[in-house]
Amino acid sequence: MPLKLLKNLTEACGVSGNEDEVRNLLHDAIAPYVDEIQVDPMGNLIAVKKGKEGYPRILLAAHMDEVGFMVKSIDDNGFVKFVPIGGIDERILISKVVQIGKNKVPGVIGAKAIHLQEPDERKKTLKPNQLYIDIGAKSKEEGEKLVKRGDYISFSSEYIEYGDQLVKAKALDDRVGCAILAEILKGHYASTIIAAFTVQEEIGLRGAGVAAYRTDPDIAIVIEGTTCYDVADIKEPDYITQLGHGPALSILDAASYSDKHIRNRLSRIAEKNNIKFQFKQGTAGGNDAGRIHLTKSGIPTATVSVPCRYIHSPVSVMHKQDFQNCIRWIELFLESIQKEEWIYES
Amino acid sequence: MNHEQHTLLKKLLESYGPSGNEEKIRDIIREEIRDYVTEIRTDTMGNLIAIKKGSGKKVMIASHMDEIGVIITGIDEKGFLRFSNVGGVSPYVSLGQRVLFQDGTLGVIGMEDLENMKDLKLNKMYIDIGAETKEEAAKKVQIGDMACFYQPMAVLEKNIVSKGLDDRIGCFVAIEALKRIQSSTNELYFVFTVQEELGLRGARTAAYGLNPDLGIAIDVTSTGDTPKAKPMAVELGKGPAVKVMDKSVLCHPIVKKMMIDTANQNQIPYQLEVLEFGGTDSGAIHLTRSGVPSGVLSIPCRYIHTPSEMVSKNDVENAILLLTKILEKPISI
Repeated sequence: MPLKLLKNLTEACGVSGNEDEVRNLLHDAIAPYVDEIQVDPMGNLIAVKKGKEGYPRILLAAHMDEVGFMVKSIDDNGFVKFVPIGGIDERILISKVVQIGKNKVPGVIGAKAIHLQEPDERKKTLKPNQLYIDIGAKSKEEGEKLVKRGDYISFSSEYIEYGDQLVKAKALDDRVGCAILAEILKGHYASTIIAAFTVQEEIGLRGAGVAAYRTDPDIAIVIEGTTCYDVADIKEPDYITQLGHGPALSILDAASYSDKHIRNRLSRIAEKNNIKFQFKQGTAGGNDAGRIHLTKSGIPTATVSVPCRYIHSPVSVMHKQDFQNCIRWIELFLESIQKEEWIYES
Repeated sequence: MNHEQHTLLKKLLESYGPSGNEEKIRDIIREEIRDYVTEIRTDTMGNLIAIKKGSGKKVMIASHMDEIGVIITGIDEKGFLRFSNVGGVSPYVSLGQRVLFQDGTLGVIGMEDLENMKDLKLNKMYIDIGAETKEEAAKKVQIGDMACFYQPMAVLEKNIVSKGLDDRIGCFVAIEALKRIQSSTNELYFVFTVQEELGLRGARTAAYGLNPDLGIAIDVTSTGDTPKAKPMAVELGKGPAVKVMDKSVLCHPIVKKMMIDTANQNQIPYQLEVLEFGGTDSGAIHLTRSGVPSGVLSIPCRYIHTPSEMVSKNDVENAILLLTKILEKPISI
C-alpha cells in the first residue's frame, strides 16, 4: 500500500544529512523488487531494476531529506538553542512540537506569551536565534543528558487523512516522491530503472549530482512534492499549482529547464490516457534536476511533482488523487519506451 | 560587411532563440558551416558541436546561441498573459516592447496601473497578444512558452543595433573565423552553446564531453563610454576586448598572453577588459573535470539585455581577424 508507506515515511525523521531512518524504511520497502541496491558515500540509496538490452537506462530520483533544525547549544536553564537546516519560514516556528536526536526527545519551540508582549513586539517575527526549544530540562546538565550539540531536530506531525481525499503530514516534500518511486519499482519495464533516493536536496541539491555521476543514466525524471498556493483569493499564476488538479509538470525553474522531448512525451501520454495534469506555473525554486541535467555531458531531465500546500512546515497537505495519478503517469511513461529510444551517442 | 555577411547576421539576430529554444539558430548555423568542418553534431543538451580535425591541442571555442526572453506563467480570463523572466530581463526595459513567440505570434508588454514606477516588477506586467478570452489566447500560447524581444536589425554607419547581439554576434564571429581559417594544426571544437543566460549550462556539459586542452568563449561585454556610465575602461570601436576577469572567471594568463601577442603581431587593435559583473561560458569551461585554461574574446556592446544592443562593425571585424589568427597558430600549453 503506497499510502501506508507514505505515512511511515512522513512520520520518520530525516532532516538533511540525517536520512538514515527514511533510508532504512525505503530499503526494506524496495528490496524485494530490485536487482541491486547500495548506499553511496554521500548516503544516497541507489537501486537498480534491470531491463532488457538495447533499452535506455532511466534514473528516477526523489529526495529523502526534509527541512528541520540542529541543536546549537543548551543554555544554563536547560533550554535548547537551534539553527535551521534548509529553507524554513521563520513565522511558523513558535509553538511547534519537535523531536530531537535519535531518541526523539520531545520539545516545544517557545516564546514570550502574547500577554507579556509590548505592542511593537507583536509586529515582528522572532528570529530562530531568539527562540528556544523547551525539553523540560531544568539545567544545562539535565538538558545535556537528553540532547547534545549537533543533534538533528525535526517537526513532530502525525500523518492524517481528512476532507475529500486529502492528506496532512510533515515532509511531503519529498517523501511523497519517495513513496511514488517505491511503488513504481514494483512494476516491470523494458528499460533499466535506476532509483535514486537522494540526500541533502534541501541544502543545495547535494546528493543528486553524485548519484547521477555514478549511475550515468540516459535520461532522468525527478519526482517531487512542490509548492501549491491555491488558497483564498490567489489567482493564476501565483498559485503555482492547484490541489487535486493532477501532478504538475515543470517547465522552467531557477535550476533547470525541463527537457522538451521528455516533457512532450509526458504531456501526450497524460492526454491520451486521461490523466489529469497541470503545468507548474511560476519559475522560482529548484530541485535535484538542476544537478542531474548538468552531470557529465548532460542528461535530459524532467520533473513531475505532487502539489503540496504549506510545504516546509509541519503541515503539508496533498490530494490522494494527485498522488495516484503521478504514479500512473510515470508508469505509463516507462511503458511507452521503445527499443533504442532516448539513447544518445556521446 | 559584405552582402552575404549582412544577410547571415540579420538572420541570426532576428530569429527566435530564448534559452532552451535555440533550434532555429542551430539550424541556421549548421547550414552555414557544415561544408567547412570535418564533423558536426548536436549533443544531448542541444549544443551544436562543429569539429575541424587536427593533430595538435584541442581548443573549444564557445559562443552561445540563446538570448534572454520571457516565459508565460499564466493566462487570465480576458486572454492577457502573465510572464516571468528567462535570464536577466529588466521590467523597465521590457515595458512597451513587442515580443515574438516561436510560432510567430506577436505580443505587446503592458503594465498594471501603478502609483509609483519604482514598484514596477515583471509580476505587475502582462503580454497582450490581442486575444479576448482565455480560450482564444490558449490556442496560440501555452503556459511555458517563451518569447524574445522583437526588433529588426539596424545598421548605422559604424555600428550595428539589434536585440540578441548577446551573443549572436559571438556566433557570427565564430562562424566567420571558422570559414576563414586556412590551415591549423590545432583540433578546433566550435561549440554553439545553449542556456548560457540561465547559468552557463550548455558550455558546462559540452566541455565535459569534449575534454578540451584550452577554452575560449566569444561573448559581448559592457562598455563605460556612455554619459555617466558605470566606470569601465572599455569603449565601443576601440577593438575587441581581451577579458582579464568577470564574476565567473579569472582568465588564464597563458590564454590572455596568447590573445595579446597575436593582436600585437598582427596589428589588430584590442583593449583589456575587467568586468565587475556578469559571467560567460568560460566560467563553466575552466572548472570542467580537472580544469581547462580558458579565456574570453569579448565584443564591446552598449545596452546589453535590451532590444537595442549596439556593437561596432570595426570591433566585430577585428574580433574575427584576431580569433582567426589565434586559432591558425599552433597552440602549445
